[in-house]
Amino acid sequence: MNMKDERNLLEVEGLCIHFETNGYDVQAVQDVTFSIKKGEAMGFVGESGCGKSTTSRAIIRLLAKNANIPAGKIIYKDQDVLKMSQEELRKYRGKEVGMIFQEPMTALNPVLTIRTQMYEQFRGKNMSKEEKEKRAIELLRLVGIPSPEKRLDEYIHQFSGGMRQRAMIAIVLAGEPKLLIADEPTTALDVTIQDQIIKLINNLREELDMGVLLITHDLGVISQVCDKVAVMYAGFFVEETDTLTLMAHPMHPYTKGLIDAIPNGMTEELKPIPGNTPSLIDLPNGCPFSPRCFMCEEICTKEIPPMVEVDPGHFSRCHFAEKMRGYKGVIELDEKGKE
Amino acid sequence: MDVLNYVIKRILQMIPVFLIATIIVFALVRAIPGDPARVMLGDRASQEAVDLLRHKMGLDKSIPEQFWIFFKDMLHLDFGTSMKYKLPVGELLISRLACTALLALVTVIFTIVISFVLGYLAGMKKGSFIDLIIRFYALFGLSAPSFWIGLVLLDFFALKLKLFPVSGWGNTMGEHLKAMVLPALTSAIYVSGILIRNLRSNVIDISKSDYVDFAISKGISPARLSIFHVVRNALIPATTLLSLRVAVMLSGSVVLETVFTLPGLGNLLVNSIYSRDYPVVQGVVMMFVVLVMLINLITDILYSLLDPRVKLQ
Amino acid sequence: MAKNLSAKKIPFYKRVNLTLWIGVAIVAVFVLMAIVPSLFTHFDPDALDPTAMLQKPSAAHWFGTDNYGRDIYARCVYATKIDLVIGVFAMLVPMIMGTALGLLSGYYGGKLDMIIMRIFDIFMAFPYMVLAIAIVAVTGAGLKALFFSIWLVGWKEYTRLIRSEVLVVKQSEYVQAAKVLGYSDARIILFTILPNVFSSSLVYAASDIVMCMMSSASLSYLGLGVQPPTSEWGAIMSGGKTFFTQASWISIFPGVFLIIAGLGFSLVGDGLSDMIRTKKR
Repeated sequence: MNMKDERNLLEVEGLCIHFETNGYDVQAVQDVTFSIKKGEAMGFVGESGCGKSTTSRAIIRLLAKNANIPAGKIIYKDQDVLKMSQEELRKYRGKEVGMIFQEPMTALNPVLTIRTQMYEQFRGKNMSKEEKEKRAIELLRLVGIPSPEKRLDEYIHQFSGGMRQRAMIAIVLAGEPKLLIADEPTTALDVTIQDQIIKLINNLREELDMGVLLITHDLGVISQVCDKVAVMYAGFFVEETDTLTLMAHPMHPYTKGLIDAIPNGMTEELKPIPGNTPSLIDLPNGCPFSPRCFMCEEICTKEIPPMVEVDPGHFSRCHFAEKMRGYKGVIELDEKGKE
Repeated sequence: MDVLNYVIKRILQMIPVFLIATIIVFALVRAIPGDPARVMLGDRASQEAVDLLRHKMGLDKSIPEQFWIFFKDMLHLDFGTSMKYKLPVGELLISRLACTALLALVTVIFTIVISFVLGYLAGMKKGSFIDLIIRFYALFGLSAPSFWIGLVLLDFFALKLKLFPVSGWGNTMGEHLKAMVLPALTSAIYVSGILIRNLRSNVIDISKSDYVDFAISKGISPARLSIFHVVRNALIPATTLLSLRVAVMLSGSVVLETVFTLPGLGNLLVNSIYSRDYPVVQGVVMMFVVLVMLINLITDILYSLLDPRVKLQ
Repeated sequence: MAKNLSAKKIPFYKRVNLTLWIGVAIVAVFVLMAIVPSLFTHFDPDALDPTAMLQKPSAAHWFGTDNYGRDIYARCVYATKIDLVIGVFAMLVPMIMGTALGLLSGYYGGKLDMIIMRIFDIFMAFPYMVLAIAIVAVTGAGLKALFFSIWLVGWKEYTRLIRSEVLVVKQSEYVQAAKVLGYSDARIILFTILPNVFSSSLVYAASDIVMCMMSSASLSYLGLGVQPPTSEWGAIMSGGKTFFTQASWISIFPGVFLIIAGLGFSLVGDGLSDMIRTKKR
């Protein structure tokens, strides 16, 4: 009997996203494949412009008008997201998949109260006024906002930094999504608040058994939240595996560069990756990382490496991934794969 | 009670402006060449008759005294008597106020409907043919003198199609409203020219904003999105602009009342200038000043109600 | 994988500042009309022709004739000079006065600023037309009244505009530097601040010319501006008032001149502001 893996919430296969700007064809995302199970947390990590936000927006179909998807599939619980009608999309957004934006000050409507914006998520549910209010207060309390009864009728500018992010999370949760996409939720926050939000996301994930897709450029945040992670560069997945393995022995030169660049105590020099990210209009031939790669050889400038499973569950897009074996990452794993 | 405090504060602030405006009006009228008494009685009247009238009108007193009498009377709402109509100016003002106020009201309604609908459409469908047409319309509304637009509408809809009265405003409320359509439309076309540009760019900015994306990501209906998120936010800067234009609207109505022969304050003003009916000129100008101040106050309050980030000061 | 589409050439109409040049072309035509009116019509605008009174617009008389048999189109052509002159000169004085006040108010701030702003508020309380008409009452109708009233109501916008720009420029580094170097106030205002804010005045001036022309037309239409026999577009339209029901064209067609001239100047203003905006980046 063919048992479908019932627990795969989201499946993305071979996704390609292009933008047309000023007559130029921008190849923002190329050949991206991954899946997320219920309750699983996946991370996308990479520099600005690598395509991580774009991919996540495609999942909720929030791409700009000049975007087109020439190839690929996005399947959510057996439904083809890319083929959904407007009706189906409205049932899908908010209720199945929710998205947290980077900057809550601009993501929430400044002239509507938190109450109004939260109640928007209660649409379609048969809830009385008292039930709505009770639920709203519950949610605010869940995310750790004190005196929720009072704060319901306030506006976003009346909240302070970390509270704003919490308020936005509460509003997103009001829709009861099964998959939460968090687009750089901590980037605009200072470190102490970052910690609080990360803890919050982890708690929520456990309590609500929500799938999480976390997008960030910060490997540290990934290590605290995500079960598995994909490294993106110039629109490609270059490496994908579970977090511990990635941190312990990455198999791609770019990942190595990212890990090396993490400041490690006061005595070491910072080691940035030499060179610049390529323009998405003018990608180099072959592997996109080749101009900056210390292992680059002729084949790298001619052929784009395919995504290859170098170890069970560990994928890398590099002609010479094997050369990375033996490189030690930031953490050490014993034989059982524990830190 | 914030609003009440604010209103009181504003009224107090307006008083000095009002006082100075009063002085200006007084000075203006006194500066008109010619002797009002003689003008009333005509060239053939005897000097004694003229002097008698001057005494009756208080024109032989010193200027400061005259101002004081004028001011005192004004506070008692006594603006003197119209030389032409032989009626108290106050009465005239009130009877004409209704017409001008109704015109202003209908104009505002038309303006809001036209600008918001067109501005929203143009913004949402940026770059399309509709957008181009709407922008051209806005440019046209600004470049064409409003009294000319009024004349064209009058010619076409009233004269030729006989849908609306060619002059006057009728006797019943229904007739009044019918007579208001063309002049209000004329004014609205001009003012909407300005508002549409502003609204359109607001709508464009808003539709690119994060909170619209976030709202979409929640899966709310397109109707709710347009009304509560796009229009609601675009209202705010548009309201400020609208309030600035109210003075312009009132100004335009002065000319339009002549074009459409409406018995309003503007028409009264123009005719009083012809007939040198100075008490009336005085009264009408003061009336307009009060109207402008009042409308500014109302729009400020409205603005603070629309945008919770603004605190009434 | 896909490569670049060939970079499309930026189309002609986006490269050249079309708005500006179309506007300039239109204005140029009107200027020509003002200087050499006979180029545009063979009729004598003042010629009375009892045989051709109140005629509808036709091939012979493009705009029709008025109650004296005068060709209306010709009258409009010859009126161009007055309208343009009024437009420009009515704009000039408020522009200079308003800009100066805005500079002083913005630069010195304090009491001077407060006084100027209070005066501003007081003038704001009077609707444009109401004030203009009241002034006409004092000076008597005519060209003088026209200029006076437009001057008195027109300075406000410039002052407000320039003042807010000066407030911004005042904070900039080169102004601070000039102060530190000990330059006199006059020098700073005239040579450092003014050149930067002047472009805003200029852009506004273009649309102000349009407003002045329209105000003069409105006042003349009311019979309070230009007096017959001088022809001015608004005055010509005013003449058609009594005949409106029979010969509406007298009042309507001259408006075409106003609109096109207005459009021309508006486009120049828009084009200038586009040009300045791209330069500032």
